[in-house]
Amino acid sequence: MTLFRRTVLGALAALPLAALPLTASAQETIVLGEVNSYTRLPAFLEPYKKGWELAVEQINAEGGVLGKQLEVISRDDTGDPATAIRIAEELVSKDGAVLIFGTFLSNIGLAVADFAKQKQVLFLASEPLSDALVWSSGNKYTYRLRPSTHMQAAMLAEQAAKLDAVTWATVAPNYAYGQDAVEAFKRELTKLKPDVEFVEEQWPPVFKIDAGSTVRALEQSKPDAIYNVTFGGDLAKFVREGSLRYLFEDRDVVSLLTGEPEYLDPLGNETPEGWIVTGYPSMAIDTEAHDAFETAYMEKWGEKPKTGSIVGYNSILSIKAALEKAGATDTEALLQAMEGLEVPSSPTGPFMFRAADHQSTMGAYVGKTGLVDGEPAMIDWFYADGADYLPSEEEAAKLRPAE
Amino acid sequence: MGFYLAQLLTGLANASSLFLIASGLSIIFGVTRIVNFAHGSFYMVGAYMSYTLVTLWSGSILGYWGGVILAAAAVGLIGLVIEMTILRRIYRAPELFQLVATFGVVLIFQDLTQAVWGAEDLLGPRAPGLDSAVRIFGEPIPEYDLALIAIGPAVLLAIWLVFHRTRWGVLVRAATQDREMVGALGVNQAWLFSAAFVLGAFLAGLGGALQIPREAVSLQMDLSIIGEAFVVVVIGGMGSVTGAFVAAVLISVLNAFAILIFPQVSIVLPFVVMAVVLIVRPYGLFGKPGSEHGAPVEPEQPLTLMGQKGLMVMIAAVFVLALSPLAVADFTTILLVDVMVATLFAVSLHFMMGVGGMVSFGHAAYFGVGAYAAAMGVKYFGLGMVPSMALAPFCAAAAALFFGWFCVRLSGVYLAMLTLAAAQILWGVTFQWQDFTGGDDGILGVWPAQWASSDRVYFYIAFVLCIGGIWLLRRAAHSPFGYTLRGVRDSRTRAEAIGVDTRFHQWMGFTLAGTLAGLAGVVFAFSKGSVFPDTLGIALSIDGLIMVLLGGIHALAGPIYGAVAFVMIEDWVTRLDYWRFIFGAIILVVVLLAPDGIAGGVHRLVRMIRGGKA
Repeated sequence: MTLFRRTVLGALAALPLAALPLTASAQETIVLGEVNSYTRLPAFLEPYKKGWELAVEQINAEGGVLGKQLEVISRDDTGDPATAIRIAEELVSKDGAVLIFGTFLSNIGLAVADFAKQKQVLFLASEPLSDALVWSSGNKYTYRLRPSTHMQAAMLAEQAAKLDAVTWATVAPNYAYGQDAVEAFKRELTKLKPDVEFVEEQWPPVFKIDAGSTVRALEQSKPDAIYNVTFGGDLAKFVREGSLRYLFEDRDVVSLLTGEPEYLDPLGNETPEGWIVTGYPSMAIDTEAHDAFETAYMEKWGEKPKTGSIVGYNSILSIKAALEKAGATDTEALLQAMEGLEVPSSPTGPFMFRAADHQSTMGAYVGKTGLVDGEPAMIDWFYADGADYLPSEEEAAKLRPAE
Repeated sequence: MGFYLAQLLTGLANASSLFLIASGLSIIFGVTRIVNFAHGSFYMVGAYMSYTLVTLWSGSILGYWGGVILAAAAVGLIGLVIEMTILRRIYRAPELFQLVATFGVVLIFQDLTQAVWGAEDLLGPRAPGLDSAVRIFGEPIPEYDLALIAIGPAVLLAIWLVFHRTRWGVLVRAATQDREMVGALGVNQAWLFSAAFVLGAFLAGLGGALQIPREAVSLQMDLSIIGEAFVVVVIGGMGSVTGAFVAAVLISVLNAFAILIFPQVSIVLPFVVMAVVLIVRPYGLFGKPGSEHGAPVEPEQPLTLMGQKGLMVMIAAVFVLALSPLAVADFTTILLVDVMVATLFAVSLHFMMGVGGMVSFGHAAYFGVGAYAAAMGVKYFGLGMVPSMALAPFCAAAAALFFGWFCVRLSGVYLAMLTLAAAQILWGVTFQWQDFTGGDDGILGVWPAQWASSDRVYFYIAFVLCIGGIWLLRRAAHSPFGYTLRGVRDSRTRAEAIGVDTRFHQWMGFTLAGTLAGLAGVVFAFSKGSVFPDTLGIALSIDGLIMVLLGGIHALAGPIYGAVAFVMIEDWVTRLDYWRFIFGAIILVVVLLAPDGIAGGVHRLVRMIRGGKA
């Protein structure tokens, strides 16, 4: 019934040109604008939405922030950067949002970041992984929460360097994310172990992998180890065709993001054993902060939290910390607060936003894939603090364009 | 040796999958002339249903194959319902209009599937008895691949037998060649069409169901297969099932070997192959020159100059638009800029389709070239906003001039598919050539100059350019050039007989449409501040197509109605949960109420009101 009610209320609230501004409530609430590709990538964004909804509910139950309730206006960008820009504009100029957060796809993240710079509004990029967002295209108004492509690739390179493998083959989806991930891994691994050799690379189109042929091409180069960046449907296909063709026999596989429940769970009992991955072991984490989060999440949504849930939840925690530090909701105060902002406690532990490059130090979990009681899981994992995998603040500042 | 054989077998297994979905598409088009976008949805629903059944009966061989057949049959049934409740009512609508209805169906199925099966990818069981690999020349080959390699030709044989050994099949082939004649001979066309549609849907469902052991079932399946399926059908020749088989083998085997040499090639390979085939053989490998005719051709009403009242209404509307920034909020002016951009884009596409008679599935190419040229002018060549704006449409014109030269040599759906190939190749280059175009990270920071940066000032810039462009195209439609173009559209033979250089006129019409689409792209680039390869993508081309067809292709005002309605409805509806379902339903309602498009519907409404008064 709530679904029906939400639909009807949504329909009423959204009648287009009945632009009665909701100024009545503006006194008691702080409006946050959120934009994401909900219909394009529902598998990853439903947990994310559940995560931030939980955080907002908890914060409001405790009396809100600065004595006001938080209100998130969330919109679907349909996976199109141009639509995302239009929505961001509406959130800021019509709905009175004090900042924008969200986005998943890197190109939409970049488009909204550029918009934030032009319109001078704070943008917290929750999910996009692109290095460009905080480095080559970084700007004063954009911060990013999730550990970036570079950070996660560096975490894996550190583990990969401990292996005996010398010849490597890579497989990555053919777009910016895949290219960045392969480049970062090559760079970091060569730094740690100069004698490695990359003998083959495959670039299947994203979500359209011809897995059989790709597996054959990798096999032909007879590498000691494989670095995989494919995810989602491509990953399932790759794993299935690869194991059918014995590609993973006696071979190390290092795989980006594969330990995230969004990607790992669908593999079911075909989950490959012993892949070194970054991800999120969810229920297995036993810290006090995580247990509290986990219990509340399970209670509200009846399912275990996924990576997106954590990202959504931590986004709101970051925003709350920023608002409290700023003591105000205007952009200048918020920007000042974001510089070096510390989030003392979160389900994944404390993290901060670096002043030099606007990247958070939120980390990721590194471990191996395996089956626990027939269910896919991460084993032998540890938490890799993001701060350890970032270039120093001085170096990072040089990667950014001059303001 | 063994390695290359293994690679060949992998390619052939993929070919079988691709053939199953393409054959159904080809049959549906051959008989009913419907360009069925929903074919990918049938494929996806087939996969989901079979996932459910196969998981339910997992482990038994009978359960697996029974589940697959049952899922395909269920999809066939869905096809029947859609054909009888929607498509049957609009067969008499202008050519390609049914495509709008199938687009609505795609949207509805996306939300329905997500609501029923959830958002997470689902990995089904492997096929019992075929769950490992056998070694051939020492290379492991999955048994299921071998099964697929057998199933493809078996289905081809079955279709061949049905078409050549049954009365129904003979009638279907006759209808593919000339459906009016079949109707004149007393054959019940309605049932023939239904049956062909059901067979096509069944094959798509079968194709999807057979994918269970190979891939995880996901919500992206529908759109990720549909483009390639169309390519295969066109390379083979629309309506030719054998052609579809040969084309599927060609594409899949080429891809299996090409990625060994040039791994990035997969994103454009099918489209490059299609472009080459169409340039060499304008009707595909097995298509016949006559096979695109036979659709009911209504004589089009000649365009009339607008009456005095109509002119006044239009001037008033433009005037209101011009004054609107004074009355509405800043945000609304931004929405209005989007509406104007979409309208100019749709009007330029309509000039090509409605006036020029050349359907385009890739009009976004010129929009994107315009946008990219403007962005590069600003970012790389340091030009200001105004010089970039002036220069960019000429870049779009150059691109249209180049691709148009090839395209106007074809006609009908083949021309449309070549425009699609052109757009996809441009998209692929933009996507891949990171150093020059920024790849999919796009080009950022393309904002208007300081003096034009306020929303209101930019609104007026967009207003002048877009309304000016629309006026120019209107003017061109009523000029001698426009009359000649329409003459060529209605009868190429007669136009040639009176000494018109038909190809040259079409070429210039193509170029003019491309140039104005480029202008729309320019306005777009500066209003958004960044450009991405999406601006050249299929999705935008399809949006334009829907705007033109939904608005009504027979009226100059059609694309204006279509674009305004499309953008406004989308802006409103995406605020809701299940908006794709709602949007799809709205489209279907419009399609059923106004088979002549919104313009036709409005026209009838006005006449009815007038009639009522009199």
